[in-house]
Amino acid sequence: MRRLLLALALVAAPVLADSDLPPAPLADTQLPDPKQEARAQALMETIRCLVCQGQSIADSNAELAGDMRAMVRQRIAAGERPEAIRAWLIQRYGSWVTYDPPLDRVTWLLWAAPVMFLVVGLLVARSSFRRRRA
Amino acid sequence: MTGYAKWAPLVAFILLGSALTYGLAKPETTNIQSKMVGASVPSFTLPPATAGLPGLASSDLTTGQPHLLNIFASWCVPCAAEAPQLKAIADAGVPIVGIAIRDRPEALQRFLARNGNAFRAIGADDASQVQMALGSSGVPESFVIDGKGRILQQVIGPINSQDVAGLVAAVKAAR
Repeated sequence: MRRLLLALALVAAPVLADSDLPPAPLADTQLPDPKQEARAQALMETIRCLVCQGQSIADSNAELAGDMRAMVRQRIAAGERPEAIRAWLIQRYGSWVTYDPPLDRVTWLLWAAPVMFLVVGLLVARSSFRRRRA
Repeated sequence: MTGYAKWAPLVAFILLGSALTYGLAKPETTNIQSKMVGASVPSFTLPPATAGLPGLASSDLTTGQPHLLNIFASWCVPCAAEAPQLKAIADAGVPIVGIAIRDRPEALQRFLARNGNAFRAIGADDASQVQMALGSSGVPESFVIDGKGRILQQVIGPINSQDVAGLVAAVKAAR
Protein backbone atom coordinates (compact mmCIF):
# COMPACT_ATOMS: atom_id res chain seq x y z
CA MET A 1 0.00 0.00 0.00
CA ARG A 2 2.74 2.40 1.01
CA ARG A 3 4.68 1.54 -2.15
CA LEU A 4 1.61 2.19 -4.27
CA LEU A 5 1.11 5.58 -2.61
CA LEU A 6 4.75 6.45 -3.19
CA ALA A 7 4.46 5.49 -6.87
CA LEU A 8 1.30 7.58 -7.20
CA ALA A 9 2.96 10.54 -5.51
CA LEU A 10 5.87 10.31 -7.95
CA VAL A 11 3.72 10.31 -11.09
CA ALA A 12 1.20 12.88 -9.84
CA ALA A 13 1.38 16.12 -11.82
CA PRO A 14 1.95 19.24 -9.76
CA VAL A 15 -1.15 21.42 -9.41
CA LEU A 16 -1.09 24.11 -12.06
CA ALA A 17 -1.07 27.51 -10.45
CA ASP A 18 0.26 29.49 -13.37
CA SER A 19 -1.11 30.26 -16.80
CA ASP A 20 0.69 29.04 -19.90
CA LEU A 21 0.70 32.42 -21.61
CA PRO A 22 4.18 33.83 -22.23
CA PRO A 23 5.18 36.86 -20.13
CA ALA A 24 3.91 40.24 -21.32
CA PRO A 25 6.30 41.83 -23.87
CA LEU A 26 7.82 44.38 -21.49
CA ALA A 27 7.86 42.18 -18.38
CA ASP A 28 11.44 41.03 -18.89
CA THR A 29 12.64 43.36 -21.65
CA GLN A 30 14.36 46.63 -20.89
CA LEU A 31 13.20 49.85 -22.48
CA PRO A 32 15.44 51.03 -25.36
CA ASP A 33 16.04 54.41 -23.67
CA PRO A 34 18.44 53.81 -20.73
CA LYS A 35 17.19 56.88 -18.84
CA GLN A 36 13.59 55.65 -19.00
CA GLU A 37 14.68 52.13 -18.05
CA ALA A 38 16.54 53.51 -15.01
CA ARG A 39 13.40 55.37 -13.90
CA ALA A 40 11.26 52.27 -14.42
CA GLN A 41 13.76 50.07 -12.55
CA ALA A 42 13.92 52.48 -9.60
CA LEU A 43 10.13 52.47 -9.34
CA MET A 44 9.83 48.67 -9.71
CA GLU A 45 12.26 48.14 -6.83
CA THR A 46 9.93 50.04 -4.50
CA ILE A 47 6.64 48.44 -5.54
CA ARG A 48 5.63 45.40 -3.54
CA CYS A 49 4.61 42.23 -5.37
CA LEU A 50 0.97 41.43 -4.59
CA VAL A 51 1.31 37.67 -4.81
CA CYS A 52 4.70 36.91 -3.23
CA GLN A 53 4.41 39.55 -0.53
CA GLY A 54 7.83 40.53 0.76
CA GLN A 55 9.49 40.88 -2.64
CA SER A 56 9.49 43.85 -4.95
CA ILE A 57 8.04 43.41 -8.43
CA ALA A 58 11.59 43.82 -9.77
CA ASP A 59 12.68 40.69 -7.86
CA SER A 60 9.63 38.49 -8.28
CA ASN A 61 8.98 35.76 -10.81
CA ALA A 62 5.23 35.78 -10.21
CA GLU A 63 3.15 36.34 -13.33
CA LEU A 64 1.29 39.28 -11.81
CA ALA A 65 4.64 40.88 -10.94
CA GLY A 66 5.68 40.45 -14.60
CA ASP A 67 2.45 42.10 -15.73
CA MET A 68 3.07 44.92 -13.26
CA ARG A 69 6.59 45.43 -14.64
CA ALA A 70 5.15 45.55 -18.15
CA MET A 71 2.60 48.13 -16.99
CA VAL A 72 5.30 50.27 -15.35
CA ARG A 73 7.55 50.17 -18.44
CA GLN A 74 4.66 50.94 -20.83
CA ARG A 75 3.65 53.97 -18.82
CA ILE A 76 7.20 55.25 -18.36
CA ALA A 77 7.75 54.85 -22.11
CA ALA A 78 4.55 56.83 -22.68
CA GLY A 79 6.06 59.66 -20.65
CA GLU A 80 4.26 59.19 -17.35
CA ARG A 81 6.10 60.22 -14.17
CA PRO A 82 7.07 57.36 -11.78
CA GLU A 83 5.33 59.06 -8.84
CA ALA A 84 2.08 59.23 -10.84
CA ILE A 85 2.28 55.47 -11.44
CA ARG A 86 2.97 54.89 -7.74
CA ALA A 87 -0.05 57.05 -6.86
CA TRP A 88 -2.19 55.06 -9.31
CA LEU A 89 -1.19 51.82 -7.60
CA ILE A 90 -1.72 53.24 -4.09
CA GLN A 91 -5.18 54.36 -5.15
CA ARG A 92 -5.98 50.73 -5.96
CA TYR A 93 -4.07 48.70 -3.40
CA GLY A 94 -3.41 51.18 -0.59
CA SER A 95 -0.05 52.28 0.85
CA TRP A 96 0.66 48.62 1.34
CA VAL A 97 1.83 48.31 -2.27
CA THR A 98 4.75 50.72 -1.94
CA TYR A 99 8.00 50.19 -0.02
CA ASP A 100 8.22 53.97 0.27
CA PRO A 101 5.06 54.59 2.27
CA PRO A 102 3.71 58.14 2.33
CA LEU A 103 3.74 60.05 5.63
CA ASP A 104 0.18 59.91 6.96
CA ARG A 105 -1.94 59.29 10.04
CA VAL A 106 -0.92 55.62 10.21
CA THR A 107 2.77 55.86 9.32
CA TRP A 108 3.99 58.98 11.19
CA LEU A 109 5.21 56.80 14.08
CA LEU A 110 7.70 55.09 11.72
CA TRP A 111 9.53 58.39 11.28
CA ALA A 112 8.91 59.78 14.76
CA ALA A 113 9.90 56.67 16.76
CA PRO A 114 13.72 56.90 16.24
CA VAL A 115 13.73 60.55 17.31
CA MET A 116 11.55 59.75 20.31
CA PHE A 117 13.86 56.91 21.39
CA LEU A 118 16.89 59.18 21.01
CA VAL A 119 15.31 61.85 23.20
CA VAL A 120 14.36 59.30 25.88
CA GLY A 121 17.89 57.85 25.78
CA LEU A 122 19.47 61.28 26.18
CA LEU A 123 17.22 62.07 29.15
CA VAL A 124 18.07 58.77 30.85
CA ALA A 125 21.79 59.22 30.18
CA ARG A 126 21.76 62.79 31.45
CA SER A 127 20.05 61.95 34.70
CA SER A 128 22.28 58.96 35.44
CA PHE A 129 25.49 60.92 34.71
CA ARG A 130 24.33 63.79 36.88
CA ARG A 131 23.63 61.45 39.79
CA ARG A 132 27.08 59.87 39.54
CA ARG A 133 28.83 63.23 39.65
CA ALA A 134 26.88 64.40 42.67
CA MET B 1 16.07 58.80 39.70
CA THR B 2 14.50 57.41 42.79
CA GLY B 3 11.61 55.19 43.72
CA TYR B 4 9.40 54.03 40.91
CA ALA B 5 11.01 56.26 38.27
CA LYS B 6 14.06 54.01 37.94
CA TRP B 7 11.82 51.20 36.69
CA ALA B 8 10.45 53.33 33.87
CA PRO B 9 13.05 52.27 31.23
CA LEU B 10 12.53 48.58 32.08
CA VAL B 11 8.75 48.94 31.86
CA ALA B 12 9.09 50.79 28.55
CA PHE B 13 11.39 48.05 27.24
CA ILE B 14 8.97 45.29 28.26
CA LEU B 15 6.04 47.16 26.65
CA LEU B 16 7.97 47.63 23.40
CA GLY B 17 9.11 44.00 23.46
CA SER B 18 5.54 42.75 23.95
CA ALA B 19 4.24 44.98 21.17
CA LEU B 20 6.90 43.68 18.74
CA THR B 21 6.34 40.05 19.79
CA TYR B 22 2.61 40.46 19.30
CA GLY B 23 3.18 41.96 15.85
CA LEU B 24 5.42 39.05 14.86
CA ALA B 25 3.20 36.31 16.30
CA LYS B 26 -0.08 37.63 14.95
CA PRO B 27 -0.77 35.84 11.66
CA GLU B 28 -0.46 38.43 8.95
CA THR B 29 -3.46 38.68 6.70
CA THR B 30 -2.48 38.00 3.11
CA ASN B 31 -5.65 39.40 1.58
CA ILE B 32 -5.18 42.76 -0.07
CA GLN B 33 -8.51 44.56 -0.08
CA SER B 34 -9.12 46.67 -3.14
CA LYS B 35 -9.34 50.38 -2.40
CA MET B 36 -11.65 50.65 -5.41
CA VAL B 37 -14.64 49.49 -3.36
CA GLY B 38 -16.98 52.49 -3.35
CA ALA B 39 -15.49 53.87 -6.57
CA SER B 40 -16.69 53.49 -10.13
CA VAL B 41 -15.40 50.69 -12.32
CA PRO B 42 -12.41 52.05 -14.27
CA SER B 43 -12.96 52.44 -17.96
CA PHE B 44 -11.89 49.39 -19.99
CA THR B 45 -12.70 47.38 -23.11
CA LEU B 46 -11.71 43.74 -23.32
CA PRO B 47 -12.01 41.46 -26.39
CA PRO B 48 -13.99 38.19 -26.16
CA ALA B 49 -12.04 35.55 -24.24
CA THR B 50 -13.59 32.59 -26.04
CA ALA B 51 -15.80 31.84 -29.03
CA GLY B 52 -19.55 32.11 -28.46
CA LEU B 53 -19.48 34.72 -25.69
CA PRO B 54 -19.08 38.49 -26.07
CA GLY B 55 -16.19 40.42 -24.58
CA LEU B 56 -16.61 42.87 -21.74
CA ALA B 57 -16.39 46.65 -21.50
CA SER B 58 -16.95 48.96 -18.54
CA SER B 59 -19.95 50.40 -20.41
CA ASP B 60 -21.66 46.98 -20.05
CA LEU B 61 -21.67 47.58 -16.30
CA THR B 62 -23.49 50.94 -16.37
CA THR B 63 -26.71 49.76 -17.97
CA GLY B 64 -28.84 50.23 -14.85
CA GLN B 65 -28.66 46.57 -13.95
CA PRO B 66 -26.41 45.34 -11.13
CA HIS B 67 -23.84 42.63 -11.93
CA LEU B 68 -21.52 40.18 -10.30
CA LEU B 69 -18.09 40.54 -11.90
CA ASN B 70 -15.98 37.41 -11.51
CA ILE B 71 -12.23 37.48 -12.09
CA PHE B 72 -11.02 33.99 -12.85
CA ALA B 73 -8.89 31.80 -15.11
CA SER B 74 -9.11 28.31 -16.53
CA TRP B 75 -5.69 27.47 -15.00
CA CYS B 76 -6.88 28.38 -11.51
CA VAL B 77 -8.00 25.39 -9.44
CA PRO B 78 -10.12 27.27 -6.86
CA CYS B 79 -11.95 28.88 -9.81
CA ALA B 80 -13.16 25.45 -10.88
CA ALA B 81 -14.20 24.80 -7.29
CA GLU B 82 -16.39 27.92 -7.18
CA ALA B 83 -18.08 27.18 -10.55
CA PRO B 84 -21.13 25.39 -9.01
CA GLN B 85 -21.70 28.37 -6.69
CA LEU B 86 -21.52 30.77 -9.65
CA LYS B 87 -24.06 28.58 -11.44
CA ALA B 88 -26.38 28.76 -8.41
CA ILE B 89 -26.03 32.56 -8.30
CA ALA B 90 -26.77 32.83 -12.03
CA ASP B 91 -29.79 30.52 -11.62
CA ALA B 92 -31.09 32.90 -8.95
CA GLY B 93 -31.30 35.56 -11.66
CA VAL B 94 -28.05 37.44 -11.08
CA PRO B 95 -26.22 38.45 -14.27
CA ILE B 96 -22.59 37.31 -14.00
CA VAL B 97 -19.86 38.68 -16.24
CA GLY B 98 -16.27 37.47 -16.21
CA ILE B 99 -12.73 38.63 -16.80
CA ALA B 100 -10.37 35.80 -17.73
CA ILE B 101 -6.79 36.47 -16.62
CA ARG B 102 -3.95 35.32 -18.91
CA ASP B 103 -6.08 32.68 -20.56
CA ARG B 104 -6.25 30.88 -23.90
CA PRO B 105 -9.58 30.58 -25.78
CA GLU B 106 -9.30 26.77 -26.16
CA ALA B 107 -8.41 26.29 -22.48
CA LEU B 108 -11.30 28.50 -21.44
CA GLN B 109 -13.67 26.57 -23.73
CA ARG B 110 -12.65 23.31 -22.05
CA PHE B 111 -13.01 24.91 -18.60
CA LEU B 112 -16.57 26.07 -19.37
CA ALA B 113 -17.53 22.72 -20.89
CA ARG B 114 -16.26 20.87 -17.82
CA ASN B 115 -17.44 23.21 -15.05
CA GLY B 116 -20.52 24.80 -16.61
CA ASN B 117 -20.96 28.31 -17.90
CA ALA B 118 -22.54 30.90 -15.62
CA PHE B 119 -21.25 33.88 -17.63
CA ARG B 120 -23.07 36.25 -19.99
CA ALA B 121 -19.81 37.75 -21.23
CA ILE B 122 -16.11 37.12 -20.63
CA GLY B 123 -13.38 39.62 -21.44
CA ALA B 124 -9.80 38.48 -22.05
CA ASP B 125 -7.27 40.28 -19.83
CA ASP B 126 -4.04 38.81 -21.20
CA ALA B 127 -1.66 41.06 -19.26
CA SER B 128 -3.72 41.52 -16.07
CA GLN B 129 -4.11 45.25 -16.85
CA VAL B 130 -7.83 45.49 -15.99
CA GLN B 131 -7.28 43.30 -12.95
CA MET B 132 -4.75 45.87 -11.68
CA ALA B 133 -7.07 48.76 -12.54
CA LEU B 134 -9.69 47.11 -10.31
CA GLY B 135 -7.27 46.67 -7.42
CA SER B 136 -7.57 42.90 -7.63
CA SER B 137 -4.53 40.83 -6.74
CA GLY B 138 -5.42 37.26 -7.60
CA VAL B 139 -7.91 34.73 -8.92
CA PRO B 140 -10.66 34.08 -8.11
CA GLU B 141 -12.10 37.36 -6.94
CA SER B 142 -15.61 38.75 -7.37
CA PHE B 143 -17.02 42.25 -7.30
CA VAL B 144 -20.62 43.30 -6.66
CA ILE B 145 -21.34 46.21 -9.02
CA ASP B 146 -24.47 48.35 -8.97
CA GLY B 147 -26.43 49.52 -12.02
CA LYS B 148 -24.36 52.70 -12.32
CA GLY B 149 -21.07 50.83 -12.38
CA ARG B 150 -20.07 51.49 -8.77
CA ILE B 151 -18.15 48.75 -6.93
CA LEU B 152 -20.01 47.85 -3.75
CA GLN B 153 -18.21 44.79 -2.46
CA GLN B 154 -15.17 42.63 -3.14
CA VAL B 155 -14.97 38.90 -2.45
CA ILE B 156 -11.40 37.59 -2.28
CA GLY B 157 -10.97 33.89 -2.98
CA PRO B 158 -13.54 31.33 -4.11
CA ILE B 159 -17.24 31.81 -3.38
CA ASN B 160 -18.32 29.05 -1.00
CA SER B 161 -21.81 27.56 -0.85
CA GLN B 162 -22.61 29.49 2.35
CA ASP B 163 -21.79 32.79 0.55
CA VAL B 164 -24.31 32.25 -2.28
CA ALA B 165 -27.48 33.58 -0.60
CA GLY B 166 -25.69 36.67 0.73
CA LEU B 167 -24.22 37.55 -2.66
CA VAL B 168 -27.51 37.06 -4.47
CA ALA B 169 -29.16 39.38 -1.94
CA ALA B 170 -26.33 41.91 -2.26
CA VAL B 171 -26.58 42.08 -6.05
CA LYS B 172 -30.38 42.22 -5.99
CA ALA B 173 -30.28 45.05 -3.44
CA ALA B 174 -27.81 46.98 -5.60
CA ARG B 175 -30.23 48.46 -8.14
